[in-house]
Amino acid sequence: MPEIAAPAIIKPRRPHILARMFRALRLPMNDPFAVAGLLIYLVFIVVAVFADQIATHDPTEILYTPAYDLAADLRPGEDGFIMGTTSLGRDIFSQLVYGSRSALLIGITAAFMVALIGSVIGLVAGYFGRWVDAILMRLADIAFGIPFLPFVIVLAAFLKPSIWNVVIAMALVLWRDTARVIRSQVLTLRTRGYVEAARVAGSSDFKIILRHIAPNILPLSFLYGSIAIGWAILTEASISFLGFGDPNSISWGYMLQDAFASQALAKQAYYWFVPPGICIILVVSAGFFITRGYENILFPKLSR
Amino acid sequence: MKNFKAVGSRLLQLALVLWAVVTILFLMFRLMPGNPMAAYIDPTFTLEQQQQLMAQFGLDKPLWQQYLIYLGNLLQGELGQSFRYREPVGQRIWILLPNTLILTFSSLIVAYVFGILAGAYLAWRRGSWVEQAAIPLVLTTRAMPEFWLGMVMLAIFSFSLGWLPAGGTRAPGNEYSGFLDLYTSRDFLAHLALPAATLAIYSQGLPLLLMRSNMLDVMKEDFVTMARIKGLSNWTVVVRHAARNALLPVMTSFAIAVGYQLQGNVVVESVFSWPGLGRELVNAVAASDYPLAQGAFLMIALVVIFMNLLADLLYAFLDPRISHA
Repeated sequence: MPEIAAPAIIKPRRPHILARMFRALRLPMNDPFAVAGLLIYLVFIVVAVFADQIATHDPTEILYTPAYDLAADLRPGEDGFIMGTTSLGRDIFSQLVYGSRSALLIGITAAFMVALIGSVIGLVAGYFGRWVDAILMRLADIAFGIPFLPFVIVLAAFLKPSIWNVVIAMALVLWRDTARVIRSQVLTLRTRGYVEAARVAGSSDFKIILRHIAPNILPLSFLYGSIAIGWAILTEASISFLGFGDPNSISWGYMLQDAFASQALAKQAYYWFVPPGICIILVVSAGFFITRGYENILFPKLSR
Repeated sequence: MKNFKAVGSRLLQLALVLWAVVTILFLMFRLMPGNPMAAYIDPTFTLEQQQQLMAQFGLDKPLWQQYLIYLGNLLQGELGQSFRYREPVGQRIWILLPNTLILTFSSLIVAYVFGILAGAYLAWRRGSWVEQAAIPLVLTTRAMPEFWLGMVMLAIFSFSLGWLPAGGTRAPGNEYSGFLDLYTSRDFLAHLALPAATLAIYSQGLPLLLMRSNMLDVMKEDFVTMARIKGLSNWTVVVRHAARNALLPVMTSFAIAVGYQLQGNVVVESVFSWPGLGRELVNAVAASDYPLAQGAFLMIALVVIFMNLLADLLYAFLDPRISHA
């Protein structure tokens, strides 16, 4: 006679808070594009963190060849410079490595600001409706009327040159897209049964927003955040290229500006101005690929 | 009747946005560090000129009065004197605007024709390897910095191959008798080719992806199934029934794209030394030519705002199912 085991009392274990937050993001781990995007991010994060170990030279140091000549305009591999040197005798490879730092720093902080401000405004507008909604959405209309890049240029000219100008400008203007989308999402969430139930049960507005609505819009915020990373990096590159960047920080945009101003195009120095562009494309398209994976989860209608 | 009300409220919104942008511009240029008069007066102007501008813009009056005078001047199209060109800002902008518009529209038309055709094709060939390879490629073109693409094009086609000129709108020494004479000359078109191609490569992704996803949506609708049941050929179904309907939202996106393109022009015009509004804005800001910077910014903002309006109205007009609620 088979022995019947006493039914074990299965106590549902609550997963760790971090694990729950990670799950709430609903990272699209089964979409090959999204995984590729996440991998690209990972590689650049590792490079940025270990830039001091990976770089072969100080990116701003003016270098000399073993024969004590200025190491200017060397081709890749010459005198041991992996990717060659700039016209001022700086190591291109090391600049590229350090460039990943400012790119990620600007990209991630700007994306965080845009997603945070956009989500909060969208939540408040969608949840409270009426005049709160009317005022916030008119503000969004105004933000849509401001040409972004010209705005950053004017702002950068009046503020002290700094990599944070791009972050400030994005926080001031680009919350508009996120806010609109989150708002319309909240409008539908607000009418759901469980939100009604919470309200009837006497939960405060604050608690309803935080516990019942915010977790449902988190993936959407993350999606707009990952688009914003790309926007921030592209904007920083444009601003640095136009000469309104911080001359003391090495970024990919700065490298391109340096190359352009030093006649690298006429000198056929492809090894100088192509790599920073490729790096920008990789990071920005990684954001797009993740976004695409998200869209398949969030809007299954689109995935085919 | 309902439509009139909707258009009316949209126009009200337009007025609000215009007022807000103009006010932000005023505040940005007045609150900047340094001499508050620097917004309109350059120390090298003659004393007479300085006094005239002082009176014209009320620079000795309190800020709120200056603001009212500024609004009044704007309504008359009065933007002040450019520091560098020694001529009215309005006049300068009218010279530059055609160059920017030609660049914008020529590149966008190429981008939209290509994007619509390629998008429809990819929707038709959905699931094939062509589609599998094309979509990430298109996403990559969206991820490129426009000015970098311009640099690469310049290096290849101008410096390496020597096929096309490197910048500007005409070869040095060439003079043209008039507007049309210049813009239809071979010389001008050769100069236009690279910047327009750069912007077109960057812009084709939007209509392409939009057309593709619309096509996929439309292909599932009843009237397309009906057309198939009627026994119409695949080509007729795709082109005459599906593509026509998928096209509407793509066309409205054209208006939005003009606004975005104008912002992207800022960098591409700088790469190709194209004498347009965007490059002038950059140069004016760099040289502290504030009246011209304000004027160029305002002109770009106006186009963006009106294109947003046009897109909204077109959308409602072309698809009556959408209401302005």
